[in-house]
Amino acid sequence: MSEYVLEMEHISKSFPGVQALQDVFLKVKPGSVHALVGENGAGKSTLMKCLFGIYIKDSGEIRLDGKRVEITNSKQALDLGISMIHQEQHPIRFRPVMENIWLGRFPKRGIAVDKKAMIQKTRHLFEEVGLDIDPEVPAGTLSPSNLQLVEIAKAASYHSKVIIMDEPTSSLTENETEHLFQIIRKLQTHGCAVIYISHKMEEILQISDEVTIMRDGKYVGTWPATELTTDEIIRQMVGRELTNRFPPKDTAPGQEVVLEVKDLCSPLPRSFQHVSFQLHRGEILGIGGLVGAQRTELVEAIFGLRSIASGEVVKDHKKFSVQSVDDAKRHGLALLTEERRATGIFGILSVLDNTVIANQRRYARHGVLNNARRVRDAKEITEQLNVKTPSLDEQMQYLSGGNQQKVLIGRWLLTDPDILILDEPTRGIDVGAKYEIYCIMLDLVKKGKSILMVSSEMPELLGMADRIMVMCEGRVTGILDRKEADQVSIMQLATQYRK
Amino acid sequence: MAQTAKKLPRKKYAMVFILIGAVCSAVGALLVFSEYGGLPLYSKKVYDLPWYILMVGVLVLFYGIYQRTASRRLGEEVSFSGGSAKSFFLKYALIFALLVLVIVVICIEPAFLKLDVMFDILAQSSIKLIIALGICFTLLIAGTDLSAGRMVGLAAVISASMLQKPTYASRFFPNLPQVPVILPILLAVLACMCFGTLNGFLVAKFGMHPFIATLATQVIIYGACSLYFDMPPNNSQPIGGVRQDFQDLAQFKLFGRISILVPIALGVTLIIWFVLNKTVFGKNVYAIGGNTEAAVVSGVNVFRTIMGIFILASALSGFGGVLEAARTAGATNNYGTGYELDAIAACSVGGVSLAGGVGKVSGIVVGVLIFTVIQYGLQFIGVSPMWQQIIKGIIIAVAVAIDLSKYHKK
Repeated sequence: MSEYVLEMEHISKSFPGVQALQDVFLKVKPGSVHALVGENGAGKSTLMKCLFGIYIKDSGEIRLDGKRVEITNSKQALDLGISMIHQEQHPIRFRPVMENIWLGRFPKRGIAVDKKAMIQKTRHLFEEVGLDIDPEVPAGTLSPSNLQLVEIAKAASYHSKVIIMDEPTSSLTENETEHLFQIIRKLQTHGCAVIYISHKMEEILQISDEVTIMRDGKYVGTWPATELTTDEIIRQMVGRELTNRFPPKDTAPGQEVVLEVKDLCSPLPRSFQHVSFQLHRGEILGIGGLVGAQRTELVEAIFGLRSIASGEVVKDHKKFSVQSVDDAKRHGLALLTEERRATGIFGILSVLDNTVIANQRRYARHGVLNNARRVRDAKEITEQLNVKTPSLDEQMQYLSGGNQQKVLIGRWLLTDPDILILDEPTRGIDVGAKYEIYCIMLDLVKKGKSILMVSSEMPELLGMADRIMVMCEGRVTGILDRKEADQVSIMQLATQYRK
Repeated sequence: MAQTAKKLPRKKYAMVFILIGAVCSAVGALLVFSEYGGLPLYSKKVYDLPWYILMVGVLVLFYGIYQRTASRRLGEEVSFSGGSAKSFFLKYALIFALLVLVIVVICIEPAFLKLDVMFDILAQSSIKLIIALGICFTLLIAGTDLSAGRMVGLAAVISASMLQKPTYASRFFPNLPQVPVILPILLAVLACMCFGTLNGFLVAKFGMHPFIATLATQVIIYGACSLYFDMPPNNSQPIGGVRQDFQDLAQFKLFGRISILVPIALGVTLIIWFVLNKTVFGKNVYAIGGNTEAAVVSGVNVFRTIMGIFILASALSGFGGVLEAARTAGATNNYGTGYELDAIAACSVGGVSLAGGVGKVSGIVVGVLIFTVIQYGLQFIGVSPMWQQIIKGIIIAVAVAIDLSKYHKK
């Protein structure tokens, strides 16, 4: 019998163009809480998805109770006693809570579903974990936190040996978090181990027995929680060397303020609140933070895609309110969205159409397009940005991610903006294309344009930005100058959760 | 699949077509003129086959000349391979199937070769094409327009009711003076456009799915049209006695052979092609169909574009309805029933994707023609209407399946 309930050894996994996991270890003792920490993109979720059968690992070994297992789908993982609670819950909203729990394994009497038995079993289950919820109310009527707890009860109902919790407290208040911890301790007494993924250092130190730290898809190490401090964890999370991945930054921002945001608040209480900052001419202002820091929501509100409750945006000393994307364009703003596929490209349309779409009106007289001018501009900008495509008629979906991104940057450059808002400009593209995009950015600020760059990659923030604004839970927790910023200071600000 | 591509200089490739085209044209022309010269060199049993030889010859000749002159733009070489042949057949599978069918029909009934048959087919396709061109906009944004057929009925009833002969006994408006033809037509189209505006508003403002929005409008239109049709003194009697100048709008024959509907439909087709390919509006339609979210972020005015789409579709349906009334010299409230489904089927067969964003005017023209040719051909050889229905259904399913398989390959 092994000392560990779960052993993952030498796990590697790659996706086209990315090595997501490289020789990673994770060993979990029975009945313990094992925290898994790392930056965004460190590979925590990928590792857990390999364990839960959502991804299939390329190499390595997984042992449960000392026996080697090959997990190829989630059903199998559940049968083996592994369950996973995802960050976002997607219940069948119009069906009762209990049906959501027992879906796929309803208690039956003959061919009919035994409703009475189901109610009974659900009650019993809820008692066990200390939940007070009516099994028959529709799942959609529960609060997000209750849904989270129901999900945990469901995991317990599988008599799991290991429960994976991916950021379970991201939508919970402090009281609810305390409730969750009680449930976790109850599960522990039943001999159930919990793998706990979180960014909140205090919680990790409070609840976990052991901590495994990952960085850039690699294993850093495992320590007993009692031997660690918040600072130590952060140091281990970010302790990487900055290699030569960035073009030399030889630009200096001007003094003139081109965009000022004053006390901007979202109507949603959990979104950005009281955000203020200034952007200077020729400056790259980085916006850092962890997932859920509401950075995307902030820049989309500035661009007119989301509503604003209070506060103002001032550009060139004039206050303006953006009602639509058209307004934003008129005021010289451009936005490269975070989700390239979902909100950026038109996959089935040509590169030409994709390049000029934001600028159509300039090529038209009375609604009729001047095709020669469209082609000329598209050709010029794609050549300037070094887009690799067989022709302008190629469908956008056949271009590589980096080239798609360059086309999207080109799309906005054609509208001749003063301020470019780039939301995760290099997400999911290879190193070479990243370098090219960095060069384009530097070129633009040299020409007097200003850039607001949201990025989850710390090296990118440190390598490209003049100043770095760090957000956490919708608030600005600090603005760092390029000289004073380092990975530790950014991570400290990014994890400054409200008490 | 290992592909061994054969390369051929484009100039040679073009010359082959030019030669074949020239020979066909010459033979065709010779035969045609021999008839007019009073010395027919061919048997009357093949009817107007020489004309067809001439037409095909000219088309091939033009293709060859185009390939020859445009060789710089298209690349100096043409390559053939197993893969390209396969995709070529897939791409034009429908045309080949159609050709086979036509040849079968001709074998059974050579009179199908008469030119008048072709003109008839074109005339019958015209109104359907106009309606399909309207619906294609709604399909391009992954929507649909179920109200098109009822709009045809509404426009037909309104226009016919105001354009009856003064001498006709049971006039819809007994005391209505003789108004210029254009007035009732405009009124009819405008009435349809009102409902098109309603369609657009429901979809753009409330985010309603076009299927349900236009279903609601469809029912309303039919009710409104029936109420109008039931007004005394008409009391739901079929409208007849339509003025000659109105009838001429659809029944006039150019050169005594070709229906005026053909050039009208051709004109509408060219306009729609222009709108889709050369205007901001058209580009926005494709953008919304391709990725609505990205269109919003790029600053496309989605509300205005969707309104425009449904209003344009309704205007074309209304115009089709007016022509339908003129063609049949009458109208009832049941005119146009089911036309929208025929139009959607024709668009789908012509390669318009119901998922939005994909579709060409040329495809729609082919789709509409295929349906008419098949229907006409089957009628011509006396296939029962019930069998015609079954064949029509099979064609829709098979054609769209082939069309989709093109995308799966990539």
